[in-house]
Amino acid sequence: MSQPASDARVTQADRARAAIETETLLVRPASGDGGSVVARSSPMKKVAVYAALLVFALIYIYPFVVQLSTSFKTNQDAVSNPLALIPDPITTAAFHRIAQTDFPLWFMNSVIVTVCVTLGRVFLDSLAGYSLARLKYRGRDAVFTAILAVMAVPGIVLLIPKFLVLNSLGMYNTYSALIVPLLVDAAGVFIMKQFFESIPASVEEAARIDGAGTFRIFWSIVLPMARPAVITLTILSFQGSWNELAHFIIATDKPALFTLTRGVGQLTSGGLGSGKQFPISMAAALLMTIPTALVFIAFQRYFTQGANAGAEKG
Amino acid sequence: MSAVDTAAEPGTGRAPRRGRRGKGEGQRQSVAGWLFVTPTLVVLGLFLVIPIVMALWVSFTDWNGRGSPFSSRVNLVGAQNYAALLTEQGLSRQDFMISLRNTFYYVIGVVPLQTLLALTLAIIVNQRFLKGRTFFRTAFYFPSVVSSVAISLVFLFLFTGTGAVNKFLSIFGIDGPTWFSDPRGLIHLVGDWLGLWSSGSPPAALENTQVMSLSLWEWFSGPSVAMSAIMLQVVWTTAGTFMLMFIAGLQDLPTEVEEAAMVDGANKWQRFRAVTLPHLRPTILLVITLGVIGTWQVFDQMYVMTKGGPAKTTLTPAYLSYSAAFTQNQWGQGAAIAFLLFMLIFVLTSIQRYWLRDKDVAAQRKAERAQRRAAKRGVTA
Repeated sequence: MSQPASDARVTQADRARAAIETETLLVRPASGDGGSVVARSSPMKKVAVYAALLVFALIYIYPFVVQLSTSFKTNQDAVSNPLALIPDPITTAAFHRIAQTDFPLWFMNSVIVTVCVTLGRVFLDSLAGYSLARLKYRGRDAVFTAILAVMAVPGIVLLIPKFLVLNSLGMYNTYSALIVPLLVDAAGVFIMKQFFESIPASVEEAARIDGAGTFRIFWSIVLPMARPAVITLTILSFQGSWNELAHFIIATDKPALFTLTRGVGQLTSGGLGSGKQFPISMAAALLMTIPTALVFIAFQRYFTQGANAGAEKG
Repeated sequence: MSAVDTAAEPGTGRAPRRGRRGKGEGQRQSVAGWLFVTPTLVVLGLFLVIPIVMALWVSFTDWNGRGSPFSSRVNLVGAQNYAALLTEQGLSRQDFMISLRNTFYYVIGVVPLQTLLALTLAIIVNQRFLKGRTFFRTAFYFPSVVSSVAISLVFLFLFTGTGAVNKFLSIFGIDGPTWFSDPRGLIHLVGDWLGLWSSGSPPAALENTQVMSLSLWEWFSGPSVAMSAIMLQVVWTTAGTFMLMFIAGLQDLPTEVEEAAMVDGANKWQRFRAVTLPHLRPTILLVITLGVIGTWQVFDQMYVMTKGGPAKTTLTPAYLSYSAAFTQNQWGQGAAIAFLLFMLIFVLTSIQRYWLRDKDVAAQRKAERAQRRAAKRGVTA
């Protein structure tokens, strides 16, 4: 939940701010191509930029390559040749070892939780966002202010509090403890509200005159128009719940309910009898990264929009 | 849609019906509005608002985790949990102060570094002549979306005593430390290296002066080597997210302004300082604010990699709060730590917000105006 997830958390709270507005920025074609600025880029500068780029690219890509190759190494090879990129000999022993552990269970749990959380979040956040953007009722502004205030609470201080409530409700050590508290996020509500406000009201007006009910208007007319926002929110929710750690730590201590982050996180403390078995931990890390990587590659554009939801134009 | 169409069919009596609907419409919207927002309010209330109230209660009790925190066997101890952390001499306060010290160094290391790295990456990736910009942007951003647990495992391997990092350093004849098990403070090490002092026998003046349960010598340790490795990891991971924000800011910079500066004879550095940086100011402020909020909450890495060790040098308030409650059953103390952390973050962000208030708004308005102009240009072009 903290750093990389603190970034997850950070981004969560702030992503909210300008959500979809910034999306055009990254997809907008660079305007200056072939313009005067290009003409002024000296060869020296180009060389310098490419050199810097190469260094950074190495720093950013190499760890993942090491991760990939180490997971096919023997432990001895991993320890004595940590820099070597070609395993010698190549072995899938680490994967076999993982298959014998609870890893498949953790994977299943992660899938269940992620799917439920994502579906729930997209639906409930959209509903609330639509209500706050479009429906007129007394107390709406107060509700919105309350949601904004809630967004400002740093998530990490809620660890103990959330446990207390789960415990009192008898939810501790159940799937619902893993899922329900994550079902709504204030930032998502904010993103959806912003987007719904950008849709012309005339569309709904027409449907309303035709006698369509409020939910029907929301479900079959407005929501389909909000497709970009829905996809962005889906991806944020997927990423958030797949990578979530802190909440799962306090929601259960039953090994049968461990998700990937919780289970794999224990590898370091020798949870799998792995101790310093680096190929096993690298293989586990690799396997839990693959779904993220696939989603990331498929929806890259939406990822970048999500991250930029927090950018300046609040 | 067909249902909607048929519903619209009956043409007779449309006017009176619309009148009725106009009245009923308000009511209907009101009901639907509340209905739509209720699930959100229930979940947020149940898992955000009520928890905070409950935890506040617990932070004033001696609840040990067994039974209900509201049962009659649980004693109200007043502000004792807070006093143990802030005013009373003892282990609790010492641990809390150590965690504050560690995190303070962590924050002042990570926030500037990640901001700088993010800005650098953004400027590089934003070069117009560059081929494959999308690829590099993706590569730099990817770590931000990967689970912190997976990244932690990789870095544990890279930074192990015989790992890739030390192997790489040995090429240059540098004997790398055993990173994650090295508790030595960076400032201590630098002092050793400069010959200012010897960590084996620290200056008595520093070692014998106690401030809040820690000696001055301990306060001025700097981040430990282990903490530094975590800092490098976090900077590496998060810079990508902030890079995207900077790229958005950079692409927002009207080319004309830069060209005008160029015509005026400004060199690259002058242009960067006088045109680009002021334009990016709101983004920089945002990145720093988000960075401070995020870094004070650091938890995952400590949970996965170090458990607060070695020698408590990676202990952070978030982790201390967790371990006080869940492993030592001192729930009151854990809750009190959480609230103190909450207050700390709140105060820091409030100060930041106040400090940057007016200028920020002005800069934003300016950016918006520029954007509008750019949009207008886009339309006419």
